[in-house]
Amino acid sequence: MAEAVDYKVIGTSPVRPDGVDKVTGRAQYGADMNLPNMIYGKVLRSPHAHARIKSVDLSKALAMPGVYAAVSGADFPQAQHGEIGGEGGGDVADLAKNIMARDKVLYHGHAVAAVAARSVQLAEAALEAIDVSYEPLPPVLDLDAAMAVDATLLDENCFTKNLPEKPDKPSNIAAVMQLARGDVEAGFADADVIVEGEYRIPMAHQGYIEPHACTASVNEGGQATVWCCTQGHFEFRAMASKVLNMNIADLKFIASEIGGGFGGKTVLYLEPLAILLSQKSHRPVKMTMTREEVFRATGPTSGTHCKVKVGAKKDGTLTAATAWLAYEAGAFAGAPMGPGAMSIFAPYRLDNFHIEALDVLVNKPKVAAYRAPGAPQSMHAMECALDDLARELGMDPIDLRMKNAAEEGTQAPYGPKFPAIGFKACLEAAKQHPHYTRPIPEGAGRGVAAGFWFNVGMQSSAEVHINENGTVTVVEGNPDIGGSRASMCLMAAETLGVTYEQVRTLIGDTESTGFSNVTGGSRTTFATGMAVVQACEDIIAQCKARAAATWGVDEDQVEWEDGQAVPAPGVNADVKPLSLADIAANAARTGGPLLGRASLNAQGAGASFAVNIADVKVDRDTGKVDVLSYTAIQDAGKAIHPAYVEGQMQGGAAQGIGWALNEEYIFNTDGVMENAGFLDYRIPVASDLPMIDTQIIEVPNPSHPYGVRGVGETPIVAPLAVIANAVRAATGLRINDLPFSPPRVLEALDNA
Amino acid sequence: MNKVQVSTSINGEEVEFLCEPQQTLLEVLRETLDKTGTKEGCSTGDCGACSVLLDDRLVCSCLVLGVEAQGSEISTIEGMAGSEGLHPIQQKFLEHAALQCGICTPGLIVATKALLDKNPNPDEETIRYWLAGNLCRCTGYDKIVRAVQDAAKELAHPA
Repeated sequence: MAEAVDYKVIGTSPVRPDGVDKVTGRAQYGADMNLPNMIYGKVLRSPHAHARIKSVDLSKALAMPGVYAAVSGADFPQAQHGEIGGEGGGDVADLAKNIMARDKVLYHGHAVAAVAARSVQLAEAALEAIDVSYEPLPPVLDLDAAMAVDATLLDENCFTKNLPEKPDKPSNIAAVMQLARGDVEAGFADADVIVEGEYRIPMAHQGYIEPHACTASVNEGGQATVWCCTQGHFEFRAMASKVLNMNIADLKFIASEIGGGFGGKTVLYLEPLAILLSQKSHRPVKMTMTREEVFRATGPTSGTHCKVKVGAKKDGTLTAATAWLAYEAGAFAGAPMGPGAMSIFAPYRLDNFHIEALDVLVNKPKVAAYRAPGAPQSMHAMECALDDLARELGMDPIDLRMKNAAEEGTQAPYGPKFPAIGFKACLEAAKQHPHYTRPIPEGAGRGVAAGFWFNVGMQSSAEVHINENGTVTVVEGNPDIGGSRASMCLMAAETLGVTYEQVRTLIGDTESTGFSNVTGGSRTTFATGMAVVQACEDIIAQCKARAAATWGVDEDQVEWEDGQAVPAPGVNADVKPLSLADIAANAARTGGPLLGRASLNAQGAGASFAVNIADVKVDRDTGKVDVLSYTAIQDAGKAIHPAYVEGQMQGGAAQGIGWALNEEYIFNTDGVMENAGFLDYRIPVASDLPMIDTQIIEVPNPSHPYGVRGVGETPIVAPLAVIANAVRAATGLRINDLPFSPPRVLEALDNA
Repeated sequence: MNKVQVSTSINGEEVEFLCEPQQTLLEVLRETLDKTGTKEGCSTGDCGACSVLLDDRLVCSCLVLGVEAQGSEISTIEGMAGSEGLHPIQQKFLEHAALQCGICTPGLIVATKALLDKNPNPDEETIRYWLAGNLCRCTGYDKIVRAVQDAAKELAHPA
């Protein structure tokens, strides 16, 4: 482990710079933008889960007084195939067809037309005047039905990708992926114990509290300005330009404050509609989804069916493992089966394994990224199997994991060798944690499981301006979804040697700062933070040069210490140190304003591991599971702002607990989601949860100047299996399917 | 459609507005009166993001009609901070990092005020059940509960 470094401001938890606006209601979120002359857009959505569109007639809607524009699929340019990069990526044509159906509707709630009118009420009335003629088709609603030999096809041109040869017939399996190493058969032959399990998890939603919203204003020169809640306005601009065949230079995207995303706001839905409606109406158009629309037409994560088999020696050494992982993609290809496959065995040293993963089309909403996309589902299977294995071996579940834990130099199942990682440190901390060492409460059960996420780097830009009085303005391009402005200020202050209060960070729009990929992949504090640090180093180099010129010495005779230029040791110069404020005050005479900048494609995002512990109690009369206590332990590399790192860990735990206990999309036989509201799609409320204890482990990431690893996604990975393993301990029952809602648990208890 | 004239008081100021009979108080606040500090998360009374006080009673403004505001006193997030600065509840939410994205924060702060006005010394369970109508997806509620506990302490014994 690297030595602890003493930092001046990094590792403290000051109040965030955007905080006051957020506790007073001043902060502007997606739906808070109102413009003069603005009108309101609404979307007509498919009443069928699968149907051919025979015709769309907008004329009656357009004839209504106060209705200014209406569009359908015919108003969009021909959808071109092509890759979209980034976390919200996929095929451009699929994205375009998801935004507005063309020849077919592929899920209940799929957008078919949109109108803009003087008021929301009038727009809603106009939707009812649109005539759409459908030819209903049988909906394909689950993985088994989708993969059946005679299955109805969602897309007649879907030929399974990544097979050795292109198949001769289309199917609903969009792609397969295989990962393998060693000799699985020999590995299982070596095993003293083999466990197998099969787990199903239904679709779940990110559940951000702010519905998608945007306001678009297109001028008569064809230039569009769009205000929207997004995890990445640059990627939104790129996607909109492709979907609408517009020049990027004619599109300006301004990210509002964002009311949660968790991956779900990396995807474009409303913005192209608002742009088209604004173009046609010559007015600004605001569009806001209802909660019901958010559930029916945006972002769930995949429902999955996972099978896992694990073999081990008596001493717990893993000898072989296999996994079969089927992911629902929803209406278009692009389920997170890749990361699901790459993560399932990642925490462990494993010489022999085989993994097969499938991306399967079903007539449900197109899935979007959700916090560690794909990993919670696949790792749930493995972490439950390891729990069963520990029980069969009579081993402590943490000891079993420690026996096989990946460490520096271990080759990850997805290829590279891990640099310094903190999995063993997390396991050690868990083993010694008071939560783990204290007695299990009477009648309760205790579960543990591990979590993992790769984290990503990708592209970021940052500029640092030194104001006339020496205060610092950092400009970067990543929407602040959980306190990242504070982290940027801390890293800038540390690097420059000034106080936190002297630094402000703002999020530039697409015209006022350089490109940055989305706030996603747990990359912002890592990658954009690295750009901010480099931009500050640029400032320091310039300050040293100006001090050298002022003093009449060489640049290498100047050093930067505690926020000021000082002569290097041994340099014989009788000069007073020059602070950032001194240099700023004299900037006009030394070369003009101080502007530092950096842009990069960050490499070396360090993987983040976690171990979680939960005690649960199961009410045998009702099947209700109560979480009595919960502890999340995670390697952050270096916690820049520890309170917000804890917040990520606690929030991810709560989301994972919700997923484990209650959250699921419930569809009827027509493919209509029956619980499209927060009353029936039940995310955890305050009274459902205990305090969530946290322990931050710091094994520095060698690729980041301050050792940062991303922390945002790993927290949601372990909780599913933690809860399942705790319920197993409490009841003696291995319940294979999530969520553990009272009826499901009661059924399992009754059948036992 | 005939609009109705409504006279009410918002954060201590006399306010008159015209609204359609079916418009909610939330719509009136946000779209007619530009008080966008009150947030919309669901419009079905399930998330609490639009919490306001109506004659000192905590309500979801999406479940109240604009016309029902006639003759009443409404308190919104915009009225919480005064010339002395932030309300102690707001200050404690900041100090405890009790917000991440911040969309639920105005509703939670209004709901907390309603709680502490009624019960200045609530225990953890009381806080959790009182705030059960205010969904937060980011924090797991831990830091929110701690902020409320600390705010209660601060209000009882101002530093």
